[in-house]
Amino acid sequence: MLLLVLRRLLQTALILLGVAAITFLLLYALPADPARMIAGRSATAQTVANIRRELGLDQPFPVQFWTYLHGILQGNLGRSYAQKTDVGALIMARLPATLILMAAGIFVEVVLGLILGIIAALRRGGPVDRVVMMASFVGVSAPQFVVALLLLYVFAVTLGWFPMSGFGSAAHVVLPAATLGILGAGWYARMVRSAMIDVLNQDYVRTARAKGLSSARIVLRHALPNALLPIIAMIGIDIGQFMGGVVVVEAVYGWPGIGQLAWQAIQQVDIPIIMGVTLVSALAIVLGNLLADIIAPLIDPRIRAR
Amino acid sequence: MHVLKTMLRQPSALFGLIIVTVVVLMALGAPWIAPYSPDNQMFDGLSIEGAPLPPSTRFLLGTDTLGRDLFSRLLFGARTSLVIGLVANGIAVAIGLLVGVLSGYLRGAVGGLLMRFTDLMMAFPALLLAIVLAALLHPSLWIVAMVIALVNWVQVARIVYTETRGLVERDFILAERSLGAGHLRILFVHILPHLMPTAIVWGTLGIATTVLLEATLSFLGIGVQPPQPSWGNIIFESQSYFQAAPWLVFFPGAIILLTALSFNLVGDALRDILDPTQRGRG
Amino acid sequence: MLNRWLRNTTLATVLALSPLPVWAQETPKQGGDVLITYKDDIATLDPAVGYDWVNWSMIKSLYSRLMDYTPGTPDLIPSLAETFDVSADGLTYTFKLRKGVKFTNGREVIASDVKYSIERAVNPKTQGPGAGFFGSIKGYEDVSGGRSTTLEGIETPDDATVIFHLSRPDATFLHVLAINFASVVPHEAVEAAGGDFGKKPVGSGTFILKEWTIGQRLVFERNPDYFVKEMPHIDKFTVEVGQEPLVALLRLQKGEVDIAGDGIPPAKFLEIKNSPDGAKMIVDGEQLHTGYVTLNTRIKPFDNVKVRQAVNMAVNKERITRILNGRATAANQPLPPAMPGYDKSFTGYVYDVAKAKALLAEAGFPDGFQTVLYSTNTDPQPRIAQAIQQDLAAIGVKAEVRALAQSNVIAAGGTEGEAPMIWSGGMAWIADFPDPSNFYGPILGCAGAVSGGWNWSWYCNADLDRRAVAADSMSDPAKTIDRAAAWGKIFTDIMADAPWIPVINERRVVAKAARMGGSDKIYVDPTRVINYDAIFVKQ
Repeated sequence: MLLLVLRRLLQTALILLGVAAITFLLLYALPADPARMIAGRSATAQTVANIRRELGLDQPFPVQFWTYLHGILQGNLGRSYAQKTDVGALIMARLPATLILMAAGIFVEVVLGLILGIIAALRRGGPVDRVVMMASFVGVSAPQFVVALLLLYVFAVTLGWFPMSGFGSAAHVVLPAATLGILGAGWYARMVRSAMIDVLNQDYVRTARAKGLSSARIVLRHALPNALLPIIAMIGIDIGQFMGGVVVVEAVYGWPGIGQLAWQAIQQVDIPIIMGVTLVSALAIVLGNLLADIIAPLIDPRIRAR
Repeated sequence: MHVLKTMLRQPSALFGLIIVTVVVLMALGAPWIAPYSPDNQMFDGLSIEGAPLPPSTRFLLGTDTLGRDLFSRLLFGARTSLVIGLVANGIAVAIGLLVGVLSGYLRGAVGGLLMRFTDLMMAFPALLLAIVLAALLHPSLWIVAMVIALVNWVQVARIVYTETRGLVERDFILAERSLGAGHLRILFVHILPHLMPTAIVWGTLGIATTVLLEATLSFLGIGVQPPQPSWGNIIFESQSYFQAAPWLVFFPGAIILLTALSFNLVGDALRDILDPTQRGRG
Repeated sequence: MLNRWLRNTTLATVLALSPLPVWAQETPKQGGDVLITYKDDIATLDPAVGYDWVNWSMIKSLYSRLMDYTPGTPDLIPSLAETFDVSADGLTYTFKLRKGVKFTNGREVIASDVKYSIERAVNPKTQGPGAGFFGSIKGYEDVSGGRSTTLEGIETPDDATVIFHLSRPDATFLHVLAINFASVVPHEAVEAAGGDFGKKPVGSGTFILKEWTIGQRLVFERNPDYFVKEMPHIDKFTVEVGQEPLVALLRLQKGEVDIAGDGIPPAKFLEIKNSPDGAKMIVDGEQLHTGYVTLNTRIKPFDNVKVRQAVNMAVNKERITRILNGRATAANQPLPPAMPGYDKSFTGYVYDVAKAKALLAEAGFPDGFQTVLYSTNTDPQPRIAQAIQQDLAAIGVKAEVRALAQSNVIAAGGTEGEAPMIWSGGMAWIADFPDPSNFYGPILGCAGAVSGGWNWSWYCNADLDRRAVAADSMSDPAKTIDRAAAWGKIFTDIMADAPWIPVINERRVVAKAARMGGSDKIYVDPTRVINYDAIFVKQ
């Protein structure tokens, strides 16, 4: 087990290196000039050239990449082009908000998804199942911006139960997490339902049922573990998506997460910030997957760790 | 024929089939059904103050913020969105299934390598890839579909991989194997059918999310380009109008929902009919 | 507007003017906290680096400069300078500093600080975008070329005197000393910040930065030692960033927010305008903005002047202003109406489809042609591009719209032979200073028609360039009227060659709470957008 973890950690480092290299190359290929973006409309050609030289953008690609890599290995994510400050500090300032929202959002998604999925699977084919299924599609088909604003409008503006915007207290996290939950729970509900129905149709479960085992017991002992595998894989995926930032939800609720930072950086071609956010979220994704792969055998002992 | 008959007997499947047919007919017949050109910005399609017009007998579903007929745009948008939702998402699910099954089923170097490649792709900022590709290639419908397929297969692969790993260790597979069944037989007869629920979930929920994802790409300047309509970009262009002009969000949202739901109903029915492990049960 | 400018910018009036506010009809109250929201994070508060419309006004308030403007107007007034004198040949400017002005770290502002600050803005190591503004100071080339770090053209004989020696007469030089890049900073604070001065600003302006929580808020407090009495009026203002404009507006309606900095999103505009409180909430003012379509004179068929004139006649600008809910007016020349030199009598190319078609046929394109129209991709820009697309289709010109990220559009515009037409919306800057020359050099002059430049028409007219240089040499304040007229003529003469389609002059709309006082002009200040120094809270 330890050897496995060590090997996977080494692979993780290689994956990160690969991500860094490809991302850097893509940004290099991007038909947009960071120096030009900083310089603005009125700058003279010489000012632009000066900025480009000071940023090292006039260097050939291998030199630029090596310089960047060298910094990374020393734990230095570089300096933002536009903000002229340390990228690591910018990301660290926003990381807590991103992590909180991610955890809360995934929690709401999973809980909602589990409840709905189990109910639907047990009442398969009935009206309850149909309503749940329909609801799961509504969440998935709804535009984020509209869902976020509707929740805000109802629960913050009209009812005044939650603050409209900001960060800092438990009340602040409710609406953004609920938005993410509503948008994502459909996936979990459908996966839980499918996986459970698959198990409920298995011979051994039918036998157990015939023997008079209670539904609750069947669900907990047999059906649910089967649904947990895809759920854990799904959480791994969600970690990745939320780490890159949930730009729209962050913007509507004024949530100081990484998404807004990344979004602005992309607009300004602020390469060090884009690289920093990419690497941090890549690290989270790889770790999330690694965790999923390690947890899977613990939940379903039949899977042997490879 | 047997399949179709069975489906027609189930009300929900029938409903799904009808909606799917209608949407496809809408897309194909758009030029003949649409009352206006989807790109025609009518001067009287806006109020004096420049606000979009609500549904009326003249504009069945109202107009958008440029004074274009929403109904006509939704009809033509069906073409774009079906390509994105079906083709792009279909390719993504197909690739995801293939890679996921193979990496979960095959042991040793090949499986491991495939999965690490998937990990790399997943950790990679796909949106950035999309931005660069689009900036270099100039976005068209098919390039957008390709980009979406490239981005989305990874997640399917990841889920399928985890599920396959669970399946491979199940008693019945182990039994088959000890009886000397070939890889192909095990894969196609025993593993793939169990993955159908996942494939259907992704294949159908994915329609809704990819149609919306296309709109996100438009927003980044890398989706289909204006004035070509798609359901996603119709919503996206006017989502902030959801209070001032709710029809601009409601109608496209409803049709995306309905389409994805219908495909799901059809998919579920198909699975029940075709899945050997569930035949005669239910 | 024009007349007042002409009256006020003669040197005599400039000197006679004390910083007397123009909104004197409403006596400002002292005190109060104000909450302002923006969508984008504040990039930096370093005056040598910051160059976007959000941090522009904050930097204005954190620092002071030799020259400044009367709030709400484009009228120059001495600020850190007590008096100044211009030599007859326009090559030497001598400033006497105000006595006793202190940086907020307690040290007195002296002449060498002015010299240091401008040298810092020009020094390539600073990576400042505004270096080029100081191009007329002697020794500029040596510093920007990295051969020297001191400007030989700035002399500080004593702590209270700064003398500038110019290498050429520059009629905009007083404006240059009023832009943010000329803000005076204490060198010891810059050095102590170790490259992070943009996050730890120290100046001698109306406000002091008290708190900066990255991604959330900035708190500015009144500088009690500011050298103008009873300035600023408010005690404190807090800027919350990362706020979606639509939500900011909801908060404003609820009374949580005082000023929604990003204005009113199109989706909300009519609702607010037509609401009972609408008139009190909306500030709608003219800004120094022109939205235009560049016609690339180096790409066929736009190399043909008749084609450029034809498309100029094809665009229905009235319909575009309707799409914008009337928040803009149709434009017919490069200069906006609020800019000195704007020619009211000029009519430009009137919307006339038949005539446009005839011209196009004359140019050899009776059936039109295919081309590409670039635009940025944030609402409402793609909508306007589509409106233009439809207008062009009416004369047979089939333009493919490419709505891309701003950085890609800018790159395409600056690449020779790449972008036939670009709709400028979303990339317009607030004018650096209210002078017509600011609309020429980088965007219509030969100097901008280079790779990576901002002259996306790639239009270069040597004769006009000469006239531009001549106009900018008229630095004698007595010739201000002549100079503005000369500039105005340059811009109307450009239209004969039609390198642009001037489309609209967009007004700036800010939403503010009813308790906020002061004239509309200080919320849509031509030189700083929101003038934090001048706003006040009623009651």
